[in-house]
Amino acid sequence: MNGTMNGFLLSILIWLPILGAVVVLLAGDQRPSLARALALLISAATFLLSLPLFFSFDTSTAAMQFVESRPWIETFSIYYKLGVDGFSAPLILLTTLFGILVVIAGWRSIQKNVNQYMAAFLVMEGLMIGVFSALDALLFYVFFEAMLIPMFLVIGIWGGPRRVYATIKFFLYTFLGSVFMLIGLIYLYINSGTWDILAWHELPLSLTVQKWLFIGFLAAFAVKIPMFPVHTWLPDAHVEAPTGGSVILAAIMLKIGGYGFIRFSLPITPDASAALDWLVIGLSLIAVVYIGFVALAQQDMKKLIAYSSISHMGFVTLGLFIAFSIYRNTGGVSGAALGVEGAMVQMISHGFISGALFLTVGVLYDRVHSRMIKDYGGVANTMPWFALFAVFFLMANSGLPGTSGFVGEFMVILAAFQANFWFAFLAALTLILGAAYSLWLAKRVIFGAVTNQQVESLQDINAREALVLGVLAVAILFFGLWPQPLVDMMQASVDNLLQHIVQSKVI
Amino acid sequence: MNGAQMLLAAPEFWVLVMACVIMIVDLFLREERRGIIHMLAMLTVIFAAIITLRGGYVVDGVQSVTIFKGSFIRDPVGDVLKVFSFVIMGLIFTYSKFYLRTFKMFRADFFTLSLFALLGVMLLISANSMLMIYLGLELISLSVYALVAFDRNSGRGTEAAMKYFVLGSMASGMLLYGMSMIYGATGSLILPEIAAAIQIRGPDDILLIFGLVFVVVGIAFKFGVVPFHMWIPDVYEGAPPAVTLFISSVPKLAAFAMAYRFLNTGLGELHIHWQSMLASLAVLSIILGNLAAIMQTNIRRMLAYSTISHMGFVMLGLLPGTAFGFGASMYYVIVYGIMSVASFGMVILLSSGGVEAENLDDFKGLNQRNPFYAAIMGLIMFSMAGVPPMVGFFAKLMVLQAVIEAGLMWLAITAVVFSVIGAFYYLRIIKYMYFDDPENESVINVPVDFGAALTLNGAMILGLGIFSGSLIAICMSSFGL
Repeated sequence: MNGTMNGFLLSILIWLPILGAVVVLLAGDQRPSLARALALLISAATFLLSLPLFFSFDTSTAAMQFVESRPWIETFSIYYKLGVDGFSAPLILLTTLFGILVVIAGWRSIQKNVNQYMAAFLVMEGLMIGVFSALDALLFYVFFEAMLIPMFLVIGIWGGPRRVYATIKFFLYTFLGSVFMLIGLIYLYINSGTWDILAWHELPLSLTVQKWLFIGFLAAFAVKIPMFPVHTWLPDAHVEAPTGGSVILAAIMLKIGGYGFIRFSLPITPDASAALDWLVIGLSLIAVVYIGFVALAQQDMKKLIAYSSISHMGFVTLGLFIAFSIYRNTGGVSGAALGVEGAMVQMISHGFISGALFLTVGVLYDRVHSRMIKDYGGVANTMPWFALFAVFFLMANSGLPGTSGFVGEFMVILAAFQANFWFAFLAALTLILGAAYSLWLAKRVIFGAVTNQQVESLQDINAREALVLGVLAVAILFFGLWPQPLVDMMQASVDNLLQHIVQSKVI
Repeated sequence: MNGAQMLLAAPEFWVLVMACVIMIVDLFLREERRGIIHMLAMLTVIFAAIITLRGGYVVDGVQSVTIFKGSFIRDPVGDVLKVFSFVIMGLIFTYSKFYLRTFKMFRADFFTLSLFALLGVMLLISANSMLMIYLGLELISLSVYALVAFDRNSGRGTEAAMKYFVLGSMASGMLLYGMSMIYGATGSLILPEIAAAIQIRGPDDILLIFGLVFVVVGIAFKFGVVPFHMWIPDVYEGAPPAVTLFISSVPKLAAFAMAYRFLNTGLGELHIHWQSMLASLAVLSIILGNLAAIMQTNIRRMLAYSTISHMGFVMLGLLPGTAFGFGASMYYVIVYGIMSVASFGMVILLSSGGVEAENLDDFKGLNQRNPFYAAIMGLIMFSMAGVPPMVGFFAKLMVLQAVIEAGLMWLAITAVVFSVIGAFYYLRIIKYMYFDDPENESVINVPVDFGAALTLNGAMILGLGIFSGSLIAICMSSFGL
């Protein structure tokens, strides 16, 4: 590894898009093509710069890599401390990849205030990378909250007819969840004298305190991921957001909730997590099954995908929190590792699949300006290439073997068997439900006879759209057939996490 | 006392002299050369800041010096507050010049009265005896009563001034009453001597507690916290925005100093009693301020209620009675002053067409009219809502930290829940600016210095947030942390 560069690689990844956004803003709203070109250039540069996170990543250690630390608010020992491990590095790569894709996806469909649109997405990209790489709790919180601002504006300015309601609901919901976490973080600081997340992992705490802290973290991350019953903001936000906003929301922002569980809840409050795992598992299973049924009933394509996202995120929380019962049942952590790895694979895979699905809906919306299923039918007749991609993504969404959607779900279900047969049984229902709502959607929208004039006059996807969808299709297929590189990357971190959480921290 | 010691009050003398000079110079100025007055006023605050910063009184670790027989104190807390008062005052003069020009009210009285009020603020910040506290307080109040009615033709302004005057005098009376009881119980006007006397008498003296109640009422009125907030919305709405700029910012810094010195230096022994009083004031203000602000359609009334909730946070910082709490509270009040002038600067900006900006609707479509100023207003609103990385978040963070450290978890939870509710009305402004189409397409045209001041103000809100370490360190170190 070339040490000098890696010393501030993460800072570059955070600040290049943010400062780039200022440049894009300066392009002014009179020169949209300049703004687009600059945004593409900056996001592409960020992606290329993020590649060392994969190629120079040391898979043999669970220690933080690419670490960078400098004082920020010295009076309260708050540091600007960054680093990545096997959990955060894949998520950062996912973020930088989507950074490019949303710029391309918004190329033609956004015509109003193009420079602000592109700048908002660049700022968001930088802040999300910040969330995944922050090792100081306050720094994490700052990125975590600041991220709301660009998303709030994106939904509100470029969104659909009910955008104001949706975006304010999104903001207040997330804000309310995270202030409880903030109180927990302050409490931890006062008890430990540091904001360092890794130091908090070692901090002994009584069970009562752990439970309160766990609830604080749950308030923030359950809203973010989102879990039943605090998921109601997500369908609204997704439906009203422009395509790019939905893509980032589904592909990256939801993952921040899962990442939060891995980075905060599990290692800082392991005993409370073990004591309250029934709560999270119960809510996850409700999400998987009940929300699966809700998805089946949707008339709006985006809403359907939004509910399917909630249902799939249920697998993430399930995979993470069954670890404790597996440990109790088997006395070892290898089974639990399968669940946690499954949760991580599911997060990455869902990033690709949900992003791809929202992009496909975006392709249709750009042409017909409707998201309603009834306005379509027989799209395959006029858009054969599009139909190919759409059906592939829907198959992946239903967990077809050979796609990445299968790998994560399969790992989690397999692990769940070691925890409790019924967990696995209920979780496995998703294979039926997911297939039902995904394939039924395909049937109604893509197949059959051409139903109306508008569908008849549809143009097939152009090279730009094919590129975006193609990249995602390749990624889904690649990780479906060969998830090993991803699993290797996180293996050491997963083992380390599990070794850590099965030991009691109670004083 | 010798001359060298008198120099410790040099900033006060300088502002006093300059206020008189401006009054006299104005007599010899022709109408078209009035701009000189503004320049003189700016010079006054700039040099006052320089004189304060060059103070040089901290010798061999001595942190505070008193003069005038112990009734005037020069210490780091006072210096920091004064320097920020001057900075904010500079912004106020720049914003108000444009407003006064637009509405043909550019008269020297505005600057003289503002400088006298500033002098009152400085005296109050440095007050170490009850007499000096009262002197500073009344100097501010009397100047501001006149300023509120500055627009002679405005019925609303006159009404607001009247209301403010009546309520303000009553509050002053209560404060005096409280002071007299404390004087009766302790036999001294000097705060440290009062503290020493209380130590002998013990904290549960009924006379002292009675006095304390009235003192807290006086302080609460000055901050404008519930239930002593009635004047705030009416005065903010009725006074010309150029005056509201002042009322909403600098006197709050002085009120903080007054609360800190009176309650901590003087009545520190009674902490157990005033803590619970401040706690109820704080909670009521945060709840009522945030809820009432949601109902408002007038931008100035909305900002008034937002002030009330922010002052609730300042109270929260005061009530633990720890050095950390006072530092957090001071940081909050300074940050609030900076945000508040910026928000009223925006109100003035929207009045640039010669029509006073009154309603939230005036912000509609600002992003399409002028994306730059819309972005600044966005920064201010997110900062007031407490969203990082704006400085408003760090202010809330420090106060919450102080409250949680003191073990008052329920206060912290109440405060954050109502801040989230309060976030709604700040978001509504963002909604008007960014999501709606403009009703009024006119181009926003402001002088260069106004634009520069507003830009600087916006940059402070963002910059002091991203690089928050230095200001936090300054505030904490003045309380020895």
